[in-house]
Order: sequence, then structure tokens, then C-alpha cells
Amino acid sequence: MNAKTADKIATGTLRAIAGIIVLILASLLGYILLRGVPQISWHFLTSPSKAFAAGGGIGIQLFNSLYLLLLAMIISVPLAMGAGIYLAEYAKPSWQTDFVRTAIEILSSLPSVVVGLFGFLIFVLQFKMGFSILSGALALTLFNLPLLTRNIEDALRQVSFAQREAGLALGLSRWETVLRIVIPEALPGIISGLVLGAGRVFGEAAALIYTAGQSAPALDFTNWNPASISSPISPFRPAETLAVHIWKINSEGIQPDAAAVSAGASAVLIIVVLLFNFLARYLGQRLHKKITAS
Amino acid sequence: MNNDEIKAALTSKSRSAKLERRGKIISFLCIALIVIAVFAIFAFVAVRGIATFVGTKVTLWNFLSKTAWAPGTTDASGVPKLGALPMITGSFGVTLLSALLATPFAIGAAVYMTEISPKWGEKILQPVIDLLVGIPSVVYGFIGLSVVVPFIRNTFGGTGFGILAGTFVLFVMILPTVTSMTISALKAVPRRYREASLALGATRWQTIYKVVLRSATPGILTGIVFGMARAFGEALAVQMVIGNAALMPKNLISPASTLTSVLTSGIGNTVMGSLENNALWTLALLLLLMSLAFNLLVRWIGNKGAMK
Repeated sequence: MNAKTADKIATGTLRAIAGIIVLILASLLGYILLRGVPQISWHFLTSPSKAFAAGGGIGIQLFNSLYLLLLAMIISVPLAMGAGIYLAEYAKPSWQTDFVRTAIEILSSLPSVVVGLFGFLIFVLQFKMGFSILSGALALTLFNLPLLTRNIEDALRQVSFAQREAGLALGLSRWETVLRIVIPEALPGIISGLVLGAGRVFGEAAALIYTAGQSAPALDFTNWNPASISSPISPFRPAETLAVHIWKINSEGIQPDAAAVSAGASAVLIIVVLLFNFLARYLGQRLHKKITAS
Repeated sequence: MNNDEIKAALTSKSRSAKLERRGKIISFLCIALIVIAVFAIFAFVAVRGIATFVGTKVTLWNFLSKTAWAPGTTDASGVPKLGALPMITGSFGVTLLSALLATPFAIGAAVYMTEISPKWGEKILQPVIDLLVGIPSVVYGFIGLSVVVPFIRNTFGGTGFGILAGTFVLFVMILPTVTSMTISALKAVPRRYREASLALGATRWQTIYKVVLRSATPGILTGIVFGMARAFGEALAVQMVIGNAALMPKNLISPASTLTSVLTSGIGNTVMGSLENNALWTLALLLLLMSLAFNLLVRWIGNKGAMK
């Protein structure tokens, strides 16, 4: 075969492959949205789920997902900040630093089900927290920390060294330079990393099945006592999230309308994750414009 | 100011220095916590996992090579029936098949994006890949359950659950991972390589095939291994479509199971500390060791193939 024909055939094939991938995503999104969006109504989004009858909603699961996300971010962001700052600003190149980096890399590649099982052993059994939002949030922290740390470290490293020198020359300590100069400059990158991490946490289920539990007890939205089990803000109650709910009704559920409920819940999940994606891009650009002179 | 005050001010630490010290300690504690967590994960899972073999008649070799998985029952000689080979086969089956399926697509898309139409690629293909990464795994599982499984049932017969369904679901899940890593590998190939090849009269395809892909091979391999690690550790999406029967898979469309699927459905139904439960932790340990092995493989490829 002559080289020119081969070139044409190859180009055509590559074009077809690229087309197929776009088609896969389009049909995935199309399928979920077409099947799921008609299920979404105010009633569906706010009413509690039903275990045996049709017509249940996802209200409690949706609230649990958001609350769990909030708690997990509250725990993991300061930790990842500290770790990222240490790696970007203080760590000197040595075997110890290499070792720490390897540990973070290994943590980021662990299957999330193993992280969940570890959470079950430690938080649920050892610390006697039971199946609770707190156990779930801690497990999600373990799941989220490595990627978040790497994100923050990268964002900090992007800041030019001249900025640090300027801070030090003004007599600031290194810590003050980091807090007052480097972090504000790196903020757009950090924020978009955080939002993407939030999207990942929101859709995670395997780490939660055995930590936050698989049941969603009824909540009383007038009860704001954090120690009460029926209070929505209690961190000690078991909480099935949206992603866990989808898994549960598809693998062991007996609702007559399981397919419809999971289609609706999947659509909600995807819409929220897409929102996080766009938000990450938009916030990053917007903050960059606002903070820097460009 | 008298002498004592001046002396005190000069010999004690300034506010700034104290702040610096505190900041350094706080950030170091954060990093130490992560490292401790990694060690704790390995230690706790290993202790539970090894307990299966301590003081019982189960041997490591039997565990890895026997095909009967019926925790709680024993065979004629009184040895508990703990053969994990069906799950190991299932896990490796779906991982290898989905990587085999995803690789040509990922390389094709990446080549298209970097070499043929960067503009179109940047505008359409890149967002598509970013979005695919973001879709939660349970959604993939749900689509697998409501589209892929019925499709296989109608086309090939059987129940539709099995390794083939798992392969399809994992293929879509790891495709974006492998593609984006291949893209960065291709982008790292210096421009002068392409120019030199084109200047020798090679066509674009010859340049891609003989120069660009060859020099990007280590990066592409790393991407594939990362994809395989993700496929191996994925739990829920696979568990929903594989059928969950701890039997040796006879073919691609008979119900099977993977390490992760047995774990997710089993841990809640066994009593902590019992042999049945410990056997599940041994599976978790196996998962952990495999993810470590994938990590080492990535490192090895990186060291071996680094462009000098």
C-alpha cells in the first residue's frame, strides 16, 4: 500500500474514533437526562424515600449528600492546605520528602472500597462512632486528601519565586509570606481544585456504604439540636447519600419504581456534578481576573 | 527602656519567628497525619487479612488456587472452602479486557487531538473527556444495568450479567483516564522530532506511527497501567452488572464476581472476627497489594523510559 493511501486511511480511522468517543458521552448524558429529568419534580426532590411502595422521593438522601460533602470539606481542606504548604514551601529535596510523596501517591491510588473498609474498622468499630455522618466524612477525607493536597501544592508552586522574595525582603517570615502573598496569588487554582474535589466527593459511594451507612432515618427539620438523632444537623446519625441510594435500590431494592427513581436520582447527581465542573472553571477565571491585574 | 528590657527583647524570639515556628509545625503535622493514615490502612487491613491463615487449616496456596468459595462450610478433610480463584479471575478478566478495549480508543483520540486537529480537539474532545471523568461510578453502574445488561441478554442470551457487561462499563470508565494521560505523553514529545520526520518526506501517519508514538511509549504505558489500577479497584459499578456469583466464569456472559464485588456485598453480612469475615479481609488485602503493585509498575516504567 502506498504511503499516501495509508495516511488517508489512518486519518479517517482516527477521526472515526474521536467521533465514537463524543458519541458515547452524548448518548450517556442524553440517556440519563432524557430518562431522569421527567422524574424530577419538587415532590421528588423533597419527599422521603419509600422502601416498599412506589412514589418515593430523594429528599433526605439529597440533604445527606450535601451535608456530608460540607463536613468532609471542612475537615479535609485545612489538612490539605497544611500538607500542600509543607510540600511546596518547606520540604527540601531528600529521601524523606520522596517517601512522603510516594505515600500520598499510594493513598490516591487505593481503591475507594478499601478506604471505606478501613473507615469501617477504625471509625465505626474502633472509635465506636457507628454508621454515622462523622464516620462517612472522615472516610471521605481520606479519599479526598491526596488529590486535594497535590492540587494545592501545584497551585502554590505556580506562584513565581519573585513574589516570595519580595515578601521575605519586606521582613515577613516565610509563614507570613505564604499566608499573605503566596496563597492569595494561588487562590484561583486552589478554588478550582477544591470544587472539582467536591464533585468527586459528591458522587462517591463505595467509601460510604460501610461508614455513613445505608439507611436514611426520617429527619425532623424543626429540630436543630445536634445531639438528637432526628435532627438534620446531627453528625451522629446514619445517612444514606444519593449515590449510595442509587446503588442500593439497584442491587437490593424492592421498590416497584426502582428504575424510575434511580434514573431521576442519577440525573440529579449528574446535574450537580456538571454544575461543580462549570463552577470550578468559572470561579477560577473570575477570581483570577479579580485578584490579579490582568 | 532599661537594660533588662532590651536584653529580653533581643534574646527572646520575635512574634514573627514564633509564628513561623508554629506555622511550620502545623503544616508538618498535616503531612505526618497523611503518612500515618497510609501506614494505618496497610497495618489494619493486613492484620485482619492474615488472621485467615493463623491457626486455621487454610493455606495461602489453597486460598489463591482453589475454586470453591463457600465460607462457613468445610470439605471432606475439614478444611474451610475458601478458594478465591473465581474472584481473582473475575477481577483480572474485567481489568485486562477493558484495558485492551480502551487502549486503541484512547490512543486514537489522543493522536487525533494532538496531531490531527488540535483546534477541534481542544474545543470538543477535551471537555467531553473532562465530563466523562466527572460522572460518578454508580451512574455508570445504573446505565450498565439498564442498557448494557439487557443488550447482552438479547444479543448473546443468558442473563446478561457477567464479565462482558463489567468490561463494557469499565471500558467507558477508564477511557478518559487513559486518554488524558496519553494526551500529555504525546504533548511531551518535542516538536523537532515531528519536524525532522516530516522534513525527511514522511507522511503525517508515518510520523505519528514511527516517531511520535514510539517516543511517547513510556507515557502511554503509564496511562494504561493507571487505567487498569482504576478498573481493578472499582467496586460498585462492577458489582451492579457482574452477577455476583462466586463461581469460576465459564464464559464472558456467565455470572461471575470480582474481589471488590464480593467485598461490598459480603462485609455487612458476616460477623466481625469470624473466619468468613477474615476471608473477606484477605480479599481486601489482596486488593491493597495489587494497587501497590500497579504503583510500582508505574514507577518502573517511569524510570526505565524516562527520556534522557
